[in-house]
Amino acid sequence: MSDLVKLTIEGHEVEAPAGTSILEAAKLVGILIPHYCYHPALPVAGSCRMCLVEVEKSPKPQPACATPITPGMVVRVASDVARAARRAVLEFLLINHPLDCPICDQAGECELQDYTHEEGRAAGRYADYPKRYNPVEDFGPDVLYVPNRCILCTRCVRFMENVAQEPTLNVSERGDRARIGVFPGAALDHPWAGNVVDLCPVGSLLSKDFLNKARVWDLDKTASVCGGCTQGCNITLETRDNAVVRVKPRPNMAVNRWFICDEGRLGYAWLNRADRIEAPLVREGGRLVPVEWEVALARAAELVGAGDGPAVGLVSPGASCEALEAAARVLAARGEGSAGAFRVRQGPERPLAGVPDLALRAERAPNVAGALAAGFGRDWDAAVARARAAGLVLVLDESLAGLAEPVTDGALLYIGTVLPETARGAVVILPCTNVAEEEGSFVNLRGLRQRYAQARTPPGMARPAAWILDAILAALPARAARAGGRA
Amino acid sequence: MGFPHPPHPRETQVLSRWFGDAEARTYAGWIKRGGYAALEQALGMTREQVIEEVKTSGLRGRGGAGFPAGVKWSFMPRQKTKAHYLCCNADESEPGTFKDREIMRWTPHQLLEGCAIAAYAIQAEQVFLYIRGEFTEPLRIMQAALDEAYARGVLGANAMGKGVRIDITIHRGAGAYICGEETALMNSIEGKRGNPRIRPPFPAAVGVFGCPTTINNVETLSSVPHIIARGGAWYKGLSLSSPKSTGTKLFSICGTVARPGNYEVTMGFPLKELLLDLAGGMRPGRTLKAVIPGGSSVPILTAEEAMDTLLDYEGCVAKGTMLGSGGMIVLDDSVDMVYQVMRLARFYAHESCAQCTQCREGTAWTVKILQRILGGEGRPADLDVLLDLSEQMTGRTICVLSDSCAAPVVSAIRKFRPEFERYLGHGKAAARA
Amino acid sequence: MSAADGAGTGGAGGAGGSGAGARTGAAATARARAEHGVAVLPAVFGDEGRRKLDAILARYPAKSGALLPALWMVQEAHGWVSPEGMAEVAAVLGLTPAYVKGVVTFYTMYHQHPVGKYFVQVCTTTPCNVCGAEDVVAAFLKATGAGALGATSPDGLWTVVESECLGACGFATPVMINDDFIEGVTAESVPALVARYR
Ligand SMILES: Cc1cc2nc3c(=O)[nH]c(=O)nc-3n(C[C@H](O)[C@H](O)[C@H](O)COP(=O)(O)O)c2cc1C
Ligand code: SF4
Ligand code: SF4
Ligand code: FES
Repeated sequence: MSDLVKLTIEGHEVEAPAGTSILEAAKLVGILIPHYCYHPALPVAGSCRMCLVEVEKSPKPQPACATPITPGMVVRVASDVARAARRAVLEFLLINHPLDCPICDQAGECELQDYTHEEGRAAGRYADYPKRYNPVEDFGPDVLYVPNRCILCTRCVRFMENVAQEPTLNVSERGDRARIGVFPGAALDHPWAGNVVDLCPVGSLLSKDFLNKARVWDLDKTASVCGGCTQGCNITLETRDNAVVRVKPRPNMAVNRWFICDEGRLGYAWLNRADRIEAPLVREGGRLVPVEWEVALARAAELVGAGDGPAVGLVSPGASCEALEAAARVLAARGEGSAGAFRVRQGPERPLAGVPDLALRAERAPNVAGALAAGFGRDWDAAVARARAAGLVLVLDESLAGLAEPVTDGALLYIGTVLPETARGAVVILPCTNVAEEEGSFVNLRGLRQRYAQARTPPGMARPAAWILDAILAALPARAARAGGRA
Repeated sequence: MGFPHPPHPRETQVLSRWFGDAEARTYAGWIKRGGYAALEQALGMTREQVIEEVKTSGLRGRGGAGFPAGVKWSFMPRQKTKAHYLCCNADESEPGTFKDREIMRWTPHQLLEGCAIAAYAIQAEQVFLYIRGEFTEPLRIMQAALDEAYARGVLGANAMGKGVRIDITIHRGAGAYICGEETALMNSIEGKRGNPRIRPPFPAAVGVFGCPTTINNVETLSSVPHIIARGGAWYKGLSLSSPKSTGTKLFSICGTVARPGNYEVTMGFPLKELLLDLAGGMRPGRTLKAVIPGGSSVPILTAEEAMDTLLDYEGCVAKGTMLGSGGMIVLDDSVDMVYQVMRLARFYAHESCAQCTQCREGTAWTVKILQRILGGEGRPADLDVLLDLSEQMTGRTICVLSDSCAAPVVSAIRKFRPEFERYLGHGKAAARA
Repeated sequence: MSAADGAGTGGAGGAGGSGAGARTGAAATARARAEHGVAVLPAVFGDEGRRKLDAILARYPAKSGALLPALWMVQEAHGWVSPEGMAEVAAVLGLTPAYVKGVVTFYTMYHQHPVGKYFVQVCTTTPCNVCGAEDVVAAFLKATGAGALGATSPDGLWTVVESECLGACGFATPVMINDDFIEGVTAESVPALVARYR
């Protein structure tokens, strides 16, 4: 700690390691210096000049993002000189800007809009001159480019060049003719390309998926964890009237830094599925009939407690740790020999080259480690084979896709969000919530257990699987319940 | 000589001595004129001695910024841990400047010799000679001289037979004024867009291809062989004025002047005499209106100011302008100041690399305002807006191209305001009348 | 015309095929070829080109250093730097075509579109401007039949553009016709000059 540098920023004493920029040092005392081109994930460009601050003894204002702190430095962020510099940058940025906020998806989370509101001129002086015009371009699977709103901060270009390490975006031309370009015929289709939309401080890069869907100030935001793979990227689920309409990365330096892959970003439709099981169902006289939870839980406990041989669990590695652990306890309560397994959908691994240990992982489920920790095995085929003759099969949110019917000659206790054909022979069917509808946690491939929160109200009578399983356990005859433990 | 005119007795010919003499372009011709003796001598000195000699000479960069060359060289790491590079800046694109072109056209070996000495001094084994793409003739001549220098063992793995490796590579630009800015030049050599880089890091630490690099102008490097051959003290003694501005300087005189050309005089030479005497003064029937003394990027001088300006770094600063590259644009009373200032702003708008907001947007906006004024549609507030924009374009950006656009605009409005107001008040027809 | 509209020099104003319609590479370039009447663009880095490129590469510590020289080779071979040319350069230097395009569009001397057989650049920056450079431009437009800046004459021979400072201000007005650099051109001397090339 010998090379700590002391300085003063806006009257606050700050101490930070040598080499820190003024902008980062200011954050330590809660001051966010306005900026556009700077982003902690990207190499410093120092080009937008929005972050100019006054530094005592320096004849010119200095870019806070690109100026390292020095001992005794005195920095002023709100001085007249600094404010005038920022006001000028805002005016320059706006002269060619279409001022089409009312129809822009970014409005409400636009850094140009926000800073202009805070410190910009009441009216521009770019009187009656024609504005630069370039048509909207389709950059790739999910990205639209609206050049007229672009402030040329080059965050998108630097992301593709330095983070994705596949320079498919460029700055084309120069002077005020400059704009962002792709090569004719090439598409911005890198598996992590969607991050450029988040990085763009204005409404120049837009997600086609989110286009015109909602005004961002109407969105509710909930901290969550991506269910797409074992990486466990932190995300924000954004909902409008109880529907998830957008997924954004939530920065976590230990897991996903500022990013998520496009599969995680765009794979949220299932969270809004309408064909859900909305009430507990029990088989009565060959028919499934909806019942109250008490009735259903009692029937489920009866099945578990029946004691006609070991039970088999077929569980999903997409279920929460809490649900998986409860499922393990239920199986243990069933008695000696009961066990469960899971399978994981596989896909190609898609690393984000510029970030160590960040990839869309081959195992496309969020809680493989959680399932293993709860005692479930990867011996899926064997479990399926055992299931056929087992007295009881407990399914936890598994689609059962590809399995022969009937899954078991014994009793099927099905807990799930939707009801696949294969599960229609179940004795008891209990509707559970999906990841957006409950609180819970996943363990990622590095063993990190991460909590997620509830973003929407579950449909009908659906309850979190962990609650359901614990309720079954509670309804068991006392002897069996006490024996509960690991599966 | 005031090339292309016959030499003037008041010139001090060091660099331009052989201008117009085609034989000096050849290796044999250069040797006959004493060429490559300085390189031979330098390779017999220690690197420190070479740098000391150049420091003693007081030679300052001729590319525009006027940084002392010897001091710049001494910034290079003593302990070499990576390759070192020398870049010779032959991008010469500053409006009004055409001296490096003449050096390359007539005395290519003079430049190669200077490059080789500097490379030796800074422990660079490789020199990139960055020639602007439009200089097809200088390129051809430099390439021929380079080939000869290699053939004669001046360059290569065993330069001058002294066991030192010095390679020189010509890198052709492709049309971008900004590549004359030293960090943009390095990016251009690296095959990138010619964007200036933010500093720190400085080139002596992280330069071209990530290695320690020194960048010098053609004229700067061409002066070096003379300094080695005749001594730093001799060079320093050539100044007429300040001890901080030494040696001779090639002044490119152009615009509405009787005898445009390159004139080599000692530092501190009076602008008035250079203009009226050496360059022949105004064209018949014309009077001087203004002079832009250091290439188009510096504040404009009125005729009156110009008449008592001393041509050295300090003398120009005393008049509120800069010596810059020594490209002197002469404007007579026929010149429409508003139009020419617009034309200069248009140059900068065209050449802005587009990184900095103020420069990318400000240069183009400046042009639009000036064009509207010229079209007779100007508004009373326009001049104040221009001054305000220019202030915000000055000292705010990565490189000084933005400042360079503002400087002529601001100085023209300050010094020639009535010309602008005539357009504002009465429209084009009245202004022209 | 203004600098702001970008058509000043070297065809800098063109969108370079990145318009909304030009999204399928092969089709776009085929269409461009048809439009411009260019039949086939032969590969530049065949045996001989490759040897030349290798010699250039040997001079630089990183491959990208050879980008500007390689683009010059393409322009020499084809007369302009086509999308195919950019793609070829990208392939031999291990760069992406998008990156190469970003570089090409920075430098005004690389033609992003085919130009006339004779590409005329007239310096019209202030030092030459005050010496009558705009009259020289007008004389070229007339004598060549090109008519407008950046346009190519009906006989396909001439494209005339204004250029920024050519670095020969003392020899106003300097003009480049392809690689020929001609000093001291006046409006009066233009017709004879044009005739010499015809
Ligand atoms: C916009 C801009 C353009 C420049 N153009 C040139 C140029 O064409 N030639 C040159 O030698 N220096 C030019 N310079 C100055 C260089 O950045 C650099 O200071 C110089 O090459 C250093 O060499 P010197 O110390 O020998 O002068 C330019 C600077 C700026 C900011
Ligand atoms: S598109 Fe957005 S991120 Fe990219 S340069 Fe423009 S404003 Fe910046
Ligand atoms: S000042 Fe202009 S030319 Fe210089 S780096 Fe900024 S945008 Fe580029
Ligand atoms: S954030 Fe510092 S210059 Fe852009």
